[in-house]
Amino acid sequence: MNNKEGYIFECEGIYKAFGGTQALADVQLHVKKGEVLALLGENGAGKSTLMKAVIGLHQPDAGTMTFEGRPYTAKGPVDAMRAGISMIHQELNPEPHLTIAESIFLNREDVHGGIFLNKKLQNKRAQEILDQFDFPYPATTVMGKLTLAQMQMIEIIKAVSCDARMIIMDEPTSSLDSEETNHLFRVIRDLKKKGVAIIYISHRMDEIFEICDSVAVFRDGTYVGDRSMDGVTKDELISMMVGREVKNVFPKVDCEIGETVFKVEGLSGDGFEDISFEVHKGEILGLTGLVGSGRSETMRAIFGLDKLKSGKIYLNGEEITIKSPRSAIKKGICMVNEDRKNYGLCLFRSIRENISLPNLPEKQSGLLINQRREKKECAEVSKKLTVKAASIEHNAYSLSGGNQQKVVIAKWVMANPKVLILDEPTRGVDVGAKSEIHTLMCEFAAKGMAIIMISSELPEVMGMSDRVLIYHEGKLNGEVSREEIQSGVATQEVILAKEFGGK
Amino acid sequence: MAAKSEKKILGMERETFRQFMGKYGISVIMVIMIIAIAIYRPVFLSGTNIVNIITQISINGMLAFGMCLAITTGGIDLTVGAQLAVVGVIMGQMITNNGMPIAVGILIGVAVSTLFGFINGFLIARFNMFPFVVTLSMQLIIRGAAQVISGGKAITFGAGVKNLYYGKLFGVIPYPIVALFVVFVIMYIMFHWTKLGRYILAVGGNANAAVASGVSEFRIKVICYTISGFLAGIAAVIMAAKTGSGQSNLGVGYETDAVAASVIGGTSFAGGIATMPGVLMGIFIVGFIYNGINLIGINANWQSIIRGAIIIGTVMLDMAINGRNRK
Repeated sequence: MNNKEGYIFECEGIYKAFGGTQALADVQLHVKKGEVLALLGENGAGKSTLMKAVIGLHQPDAGTMTFEGRPYTAKGPVDAMRAGISMIHQELNPEPHLTIAESIFLNREDVHGGIFLNKKLQNKRAQEILDQFDFPYPATTVMGKLTLAQMQMIEIIKAVSCDARMIIMDEPTSSLDSEETNHLFRVIRDLKKKGVAIIYISHRMDEIFEICDSVAVFRDGTYVGDRSMDGVTKDELISMMVGREVKNVFPKVDCEIGETVFKVEGLSGDGFEDISFEVHKGEILGLTGLVGSGRSETMRAIFGLDKLKSGKIYLNGEEITIKSPRSAIKKGICMVNEDRKNYGLCLFRSIRENISLPNLPEKQSGLLINQRREKKECAEVSKKLTVKAASIEHNAYSLSGGNQQKVVIAKWVMANPKVLILDEPTRGVDVGAKSEIHTLMCEFAAKGMAIIMISSELPEVMGMSDRVLIYHEGKLNGEVSREEIQSGVATQEVILAKEFGGK
Repeated sequence: MAAKSEKKILGMERETFRQFMGKYGISVIMVIMIIAIAIYRPVFLSGTNIVNIITQISINGMLAFGMCLAITTGGIDLTVGAQLAVVGVIMGQMITNNGMPIAVGILIGVAVSTLFGFINGFLIARFNMFPFVVTLSMQLIIRGAAQVISGGKAITFGAGVKNLYYGKLFGVIPYPIVALFVVFVIMYIMFHWTKLGRYILAVGGNANAAVASGVSEFRIKVICYTISGFLAGIAAVIMAAKTGSGQSNLGVGYETDAVAASVIGGTSFAGGIATMPGVLMGIFIVGFIYNGINLIGINANWQSIIRGAIIIGTVMLDMAINGRNRK
């Protein structure tokens, strides 16, 4: 079945261009049977594009692929699945009203006489597979009841039930907490034992070291090289990715922390209860906790996207009420939402229009927008934030994830807020852009902004924050200071323990 | 992505070319259409015929600009045809039957259609109802109101009102052309040069992101449907002057041409993509189709089928030229 050297999948000389960008140039990949291969690279390095080419979502302009020793092409995911390759996407789109069984057997239902669904058999078969994976819900549960992690597990189960011999996972842990991640890793190890090859795309270096056997590195649409995980160091991989040595991962600059700018008392709402904290001028306040612990919910309510049940909000010592994002922005409170596609950008409008959207009142001359000034200022801010685009007139759609995130940040930078809330500002963002965003946060703090940063990545929270608040099940469960972190009193273990409800 | 491609089209960056075609691709289609009809019937390009066409498209033009706003916010306004009827009969009651000054009749008529537009927007934005359902029902109510007001009878207008269609500014330019020009300029400025236009595009493109950027979705939607109602009122005045009568059964099916002009003009039904010059070209193309069919002498019974087919063909051609630019 396998050809030389036990490779299950190989591709060579893959080229793909989109519009103005050469997304892949002479890319290769070799995957062994039963190994977990990490794909590593900055955003826009071509990892996702290559994977989409593998499952047929994109057709490569040139190049050859072989799977299990035979030439392989796919016109679409269904083709790929038939051949034995499945992809678990970063953003899942389940149909919430389908049952687990229906979801697993979607498009390949059991039928009586070619027409009528055989629900009973389907449920039974689904249940058998679920039991193999110790899945906690019966096959008749609707998808809408499951957590994100469980939906993802269903996708993996589905892939396995289709007899996939290679499974591609695109940032599978980006929405999982540590416990869910561990469960996923157990499943991956089981799959490995069964001989399934796994291509694992992630920005989280620690995970790659934990779960992967080898790693292929991409940069700017080209293939840099591959390494076995044994003996390779983090620094070596990072320098392969960026083509330079990244020394200081967190460029945190200590700046003077001034008076209290923003204070909340006893905030309660959907998913959080009795939250009180304050942020000072020039301070970066980190919020962390497991996914679903109420961090984002609190911030959405403060920003006026959701309703508050009770509690008081003070800005510069004065009590304020915020009814909508509009009133929050007017008062100088801005928020970079974790959900970039839904709450961050109008993807089919230009970078310029996206950046200036919340700032148009300041760009008016009389009734009209001063377009020359708008263009100039948007170009300046997008240059300052190093948004990589040929022109600010291009659609936000044409940018990579990291650059889209910079556009979102750019629009709030232009608004020059007193309080800037950043919800997972570097999720799905490559190492280079991540570091740039961190540097920008320090600059904003130095200018006197009060910054609230939500992050699930402990190293980021610990590296960037002056103070860290820890959420547990909707309530605050502890606070650590930068001194405690730097002196080693508050370690990752200490913070993680608080996230899990410990003292 | 950092890597810049070597590939250029007509000396333009690819992405720039794509956006250029998105903006101007439709004009290519329009030119092809003009040439094709003119080869067949040279009289198509005569001065009188051109003036004739522009005068005729002014009614659909007003409706299409309003329709474009509704579609851009992700909705539709099916009431515009009925609005033509209700404003006509209100003008008839005021001016012909009660002897009020023409200006007062027009003012009240347009005020009523604007109010109906506001109600459309309010229902859609406040209760988050489907625009299709709201305006489909409102269309019945509005046409019903026209029937009640007119008692089902046609009311004729005198020369004063008719002059608004057949008269000419400085004896040269027909008033409907002047009105179309003025409305286009105002819509252009509103849509492309003011924050209102940006907000409309943002709400249509991604309502959540617009709200999270401080835009009031409710206000923008209400404004769009209100403007659509107002423009339908203006169209109704031109219609009344053209037909010389107000009737409750006028303007049936006019929403179809307005939707066609918007869509041909590049307005995306997914919302958030539209340009006013595009819509103007869409209006012209719809006009050329009507006029061309007549000039070529196609049997009246077949005209509707031909029109539908040409509209589908035009939209397909536009998508082929810049398909990836659309959602």
